[in-house]
This record gives sequence, C-alpha cells and structure tokens, in this order.
Amino acid sequence: MLKVTNLHAAVGGHEILRGINLSIDAGEVHAIMGPNGSGKSTLARALAGHPEYQVSEGEALFEGENLFAMDPESRARAGVFMAFQYPVEIPGVHNAYFLKAALNAVRAHRGQEELDAVEFMALVHDRMKQLGIDESLLNRPVNEGFSGGEKKRNEIFQMAVLEPRLAILDETDSGLDIDALKIVAHGVNAMRRPDRAFLLVTHYQRLLNYVVPDVVHVLADGRIVRSGGKELALELEERGYGWLEAGASVGS
Amino acid sequence: MSTATQTIEQLASREYKYGFVTDVEQDSAPRGLNEDVIQLISAKKQEPTWLLDWRLKAYRTWLTMKEPTWGNVKYGPIDYQRIIYYSAPRKRPAVASLDEVDPEIRRTFEKLGIPLEEQKLLSGVAVDAVFDSVSVATTFKEKLAELGIIFCSFSEAVQNHPELVRQYLGTVVPYSDNFFATLNSAVFSDGSFAYIPKGVRCPMELSTYFRINARETGQFERTLIVAEEGSYVSYLEGCTAPMRDENQLHAAVVELVALDNATIKYSTVQNWYPGDREGKGGIYNFVTKRGKCLGASSKITWTQVETGSAITWKYPGCVLMGDNSVGEFYSVATTNNWQQADTGTKMIHLGKNTKSTIVSKGISAGHGQNTYRGLVKIAKGARGARNYSQCDSLLIGDQCGAHTFPYLEIKNSTARVEHEASTSKIGEDQIFYCRQRGLSTEDAVNMIVSGFCKEVFRQLPMEFAVEARKLLSVSLEGSVG
Repeated sequence: MLKVTNLHAAVGGHEILRGINLSIDAGEVHAIMGPNGSGKSTLARALAGHPEYQVSEGEALFEGENLFAMDPESRARAGVFMAFQYPVEIPGVHNAYFLKAALNAVRAHRGQEELDAVEFMALVHDRMKQLGIDESLLNRPVNEGFSGGEKKRNEIFQMAVLEPRLAILDETDSGLDIDALKIVAHGVNAMRRPDRAFLLVTHYQRLLNYVVPDVVHVLADGRIVRSGGKELALELEERGYGWLEAGASVGS
Repeated sequence: MSTATQTIEQLASREYKYGFVTDVEQDSAPRGLNEDVIQLISAKKQEPTWLLDWRLKAYRTWLTMKEPTWGNVKYGPIDYQRIIYYSAPRKRPAVASLDEVDPEIRRTFEKLGIPLEEQKLLSGVAVDAVFDSVSVATTFKEKLAELGIIFCSFSEAVQNHPELVRQYLGTVVPYSDNFFATLNSAVFSDGSFAYIPKGVRCPMELSTYFRINARETGQFERTLIVAEEGSYVSYLEGCTAPMRDENQLHAAVVELVALDNATIKYSTVQNWYPGDREGKGGIYNFVTKRGKCLGASSKITWTQVETGSAITWKYPGCVLMGDNSVGEFYSVATTNNWQQADTGTKMIHLGKNTKSTIVSKGISAGHGQNTYRGLVKIAKGARGARNYSQCDSLLIGDQCGAHTFPYLEIKNSTARVEHEASTSKIGEDQIFYCRQRGLSTEDAVNMIVSGFCKEVFRQLPMEFAVEARKLLSVSLEGSVG
C-alpha cells in the first residue's frame, strides 16, 4: 500500500530524514518509535504534505501513486489521513459542519454521492456510539476549548468518519490519561481491516499494549535503525533507545 | 502549494461577476451641481415647494462645508462638478404590473438572480427595485396595504404621503449633518420609504436592491423607515454594481425612527464594485445611516456585511432617546486587494437604562486596510446605561492592516461599558489541517472566515446569510496563495 524509498526531508533547510525506507502492506499496523528529535513526526508530516516539510530526495508510492506529486488535499482524498499531534482550533466552525464538508470532499473524489445532513448525522451517530465518544463534541467549534484528551478523541472520531486507506497517527497517544488512551486504541482496533493500514508514530510503548503492531520500526537520527515484531517495542521499553542510537551513529 | 496557488490566481483573475451594463435610454441632468440642477431634480419629481426649499438649504450649507479628512482612507480628490446628479430610465414604467417593466431592466435583474416574479411567488419578499434612481417595480404592495403598511419609493411617498415625509425627513440625519449627508439632502434622487402603523408586525422581510447603472452617475439614495408604537419591521438592503474604470461616488442616507416598543432590523449586504487587483476603479461609498430610538423600549438593530467598494466610510448608529431602548450593531467588513474601509458605529445613550451591543468583525487581505471606528457616548441623564463592544480583526497575509479606534464619552457614573478587542491571523496550520481532511485551500479559508463571522451572520435572515457567505468567499478570492 505504501512504499517509501530513500526519503530525505528537511524543515527550514535543516535535514531531518536521511534516507527512510519503509514498506507497509494493506491490513498491517506499523509502529514508528524513536527518541525525541529522531524524525518520527517529520516522517508523518512529510507523508501528509505539510508545506513546511520539504522533500529533497526519494519517493513515496501510495497504491502505486507518487504521493509527493500530490497536494495535501489530494492525498487526503485518496485516503491518507493524519491524526495531528497538536490538532488545530477553528473558532466558530462546528465540528459537524467541518466534518461533513471534509467527508463530502473525500466522497466526491471516490465518485460517491454527497451525503445530505440526515444521512451524515446517521453515520456520525453510528461512529460515535462505536467509539464511545460524547455527542456534545459535534456541536462545538472544531477543537476550540477542547482538553488535550478531547482533541485526540476528536481526531480518532474524524478518522472513523472519513474511513481512510492509510491512517497516520502522529503521537496521538502523548499526553493522554489511561482512559483517553483506551479510547484511541479502541478506535484503531475497531477500524483495522484487511484493506486498511496504520502507521502509529509514538514515543512510548504503552499504546502498543492496546494496539498490537505487526511491525515496529525504530527511528534514530533520521534513519530506521531497526525493524522487528511487537517484541521489539517491549525491548525498547526495557532498555531505552540508547543502545540503538549508539549503533546508528557507528553505522553512519 | 504551487497547484493551489495557481488555482487561486485563476479564480482571482476571474472578472467581477456582476460587471455588465444595461442599455436603457437615459434621461440625465447636465454634468455638475448648481441650484438649477437641484431645481431640475425637484421639478422632474414634481415635488412640493417645501421639499425644494429643503434641498436648496442643504445645498447652500454644503457649499460652506469641507470634505472630511479624518477617515483612515486615502483617495484622490473628487470633482463634484464632473458628476451627473440625475438620470432616470426614460420609459418610466407603470408600477401596477411587472409585465410593463422594461424588458432590458428585467433581464438585468435576472442576471443578478432576482427574477421579480419568482420572488413574488416563492419567497414572500416584497421588493422595491431601485434602478438608476427610479423605482421600476413594486410588489406585494396590496398585501402590505391591507395592514396599513406603506412600502414604496421615496418619490412616491413624497407624492402620496407628504405629511409623513415632512414630519420625519431630516429628523434623524439633519440636512446639515455632515458633508456627504448634506450633499445627499440636496440632490437625493430616490430611495425607499416604509411606514409600519401602530401594533403591526410586518409579515415579510422588506427588501430593496440598489444598482448603479448609468455611467458616471453618482447615486444618492435616501431611505426613511418609521415604525409606530409596538410595530416590527425587518428591512433588507443588498447591492451589486457593474464594472467601471472611473470611480463612482455613492452617498446614501438612511433614517430610521422607532417609537414606543417598536423594533426595526436593518440588514445590509454591500457589494459595490471594489476596483480591480491593482486598485483601479471601484465605488466610493460614503454613507450616513442612523436610527433614532425615540420611544421607550424601542429597539434598532443594524447588521451589515460590507464586502465591496474601493472605499467604505459608514457608521450606522443609534440615538437611544427612549428609556430602556436598545441599539445593536453587527458588522462584517472585508477589504482585499487595495480596498479601504473605515466603518463602525455610534451609540448615543440619552435615555435611562439604555443598552447597546457592538460586534464588529474586520477581515483584511491583500493590501486591504480595515478600520473600526466606534463611538459610545453616555449622556449625563442616561442612568444605568450599558454597552458591550467586541471588535475582532482577522488578517490574511502580511501586507494588509487592521486598525481600531474606539471612542468613549461617559458622563454618567452609573454607566457600564465593556470593550473587548482581538486580532488574529489565519494560520498556515489551520489551512493545512483543513487540507489534510480533504478541503481545498479556498474552501479552508472560506470556512475559517465564516466561523470568524458567525455571530454577525446569525443576525441576518436565512436567505441573506447564505448570500453573505457567498459574497465573502468571492471577495476574498486570491487572498491566500
């Protein structure tokens, strides 16, 4: 589904990613772990097309399409979703209104008919129930005045409504209490499907107690220094990142 | 980003949607202004002597006045002797039936999306269409007449209800009020008149569409609305103007009078031609709008969405004379490219326990300059007066400007006055967030802007709110790249 080859990316002229190779098949959950500053979030944002992240080399094929030739909205419509680390507030715009516009943009791209208000609300209520998310979230302006936990839940809720092919979660678990973390994890698990893939960017192993990944990658200094199964995450939890970082600098 | 930028540039280079000229035989006064021209206007309209005298008094006063320069707007000198002060379609149609209206004029209205017959049938909106200074069609008049409501062109009111016009004309905006209002008093061509009798709730939104059409003809509209005791009326004013190279002057006057327990809601969507992307052309819009809450517990609400004009200079205000009367002002003003707006309100508290609310939303993009200027005055006798003001500015890009000039004059120590202000910028992060969910940059900006303006749009009647949102997105096209 996603094949990243030799990806180099920079922020403000400062190279952060130095040759990422990554291949994710449909139905898989990949976790990207690594210490602060290793480039985890840069990878997520470069894939989503954030304008501040410049790709200088390499490619990313999403279902065979060159992701870097597409603008951010085209990537989103093609099925790439990113749950933000810091979801942005849009004052005065109702969550439901925002999400309906987004969903209809995605549906138009897929050649599906737009949903009217009644159909949309039915879908939304269904997803909220499924995720155990409070309905009051719908009638509040997008992320405005939301607690950290509510913002992250709102991201998962949007993901559930937009039904992406590839969902990238950019440190969605950070700063969450255990209940909110469970809601996020439950959302991901409920959405796992043979034709959908997940890329979980996380600093801590604890999310992976609830979402069991197929592959764990460790990022250090802009490169993937090790990939393995779910047991790799546990090993990191025990030993920290130090031993891998040391290996990375020797290798470079 | 580059694809998005290109799309937006294409949109921005699209021509002003309503820029077309209708060919109707014109009947115009010679260029320039003198007492003869005023006599001509008055004679064309078969006005009574008292009105001609009033016009002449205004003209003589105007000659002694200087154009104000305190506004935060810059423009070249206006040559008042180059302006044509009167023009009317020669074939003056009968107002009895829509079929008799000049087909050319009706086609124009259809291009603007306001087929009168459809409105008559479907929307329940009575439209008094002002086309180049003379009313050409008035609908729903009979239905309104049953309730004793008078809704007609200003000229008709002068003919048919001279006592009402004489009683109220100039009582809110005196002929000597200010340079532009005084000019209007001398040369006003037409406008609308509405009178709501005691205890009557006007069952439909009254609306007027203004349109500048004749080349180099200034527009000097005059509107007067009187709401008797316990009555209610909601009036809508919307305008679009065709494309012009030369600047056109527009100096309207609106007077509202609300008696005991009466409510007047006056909503405007202003979309005069703003000039091109280089700042060439566009309408100069110098308007005096004022309402007088004459009676106890009366209420006047101004709601305006100002997206057009090269220059906007207007301060719809309320004089709160009656005890417990209420004045409200809700405004969205956008300036894009080289547009300049200096707008706000005046709330003059004279009566006891009077209340006023001001919500102003200024949006600046391109090289636009947006100024909020507002006066809250609490007179000595206005015990228990209260005011709440909120002025928010939104900046798009880094070459535009937002300015706020609040003036407070408080002469009574029991007054409570609150003022809140904020300035924010549409962030790259907000736009990216929307795009990551599948929305285009343009849709993202529109959504963020409508969220910002929500409190004001909520005050508009439904169909107007939809139109206002559309206008806002058109006026901000090309602002983000």
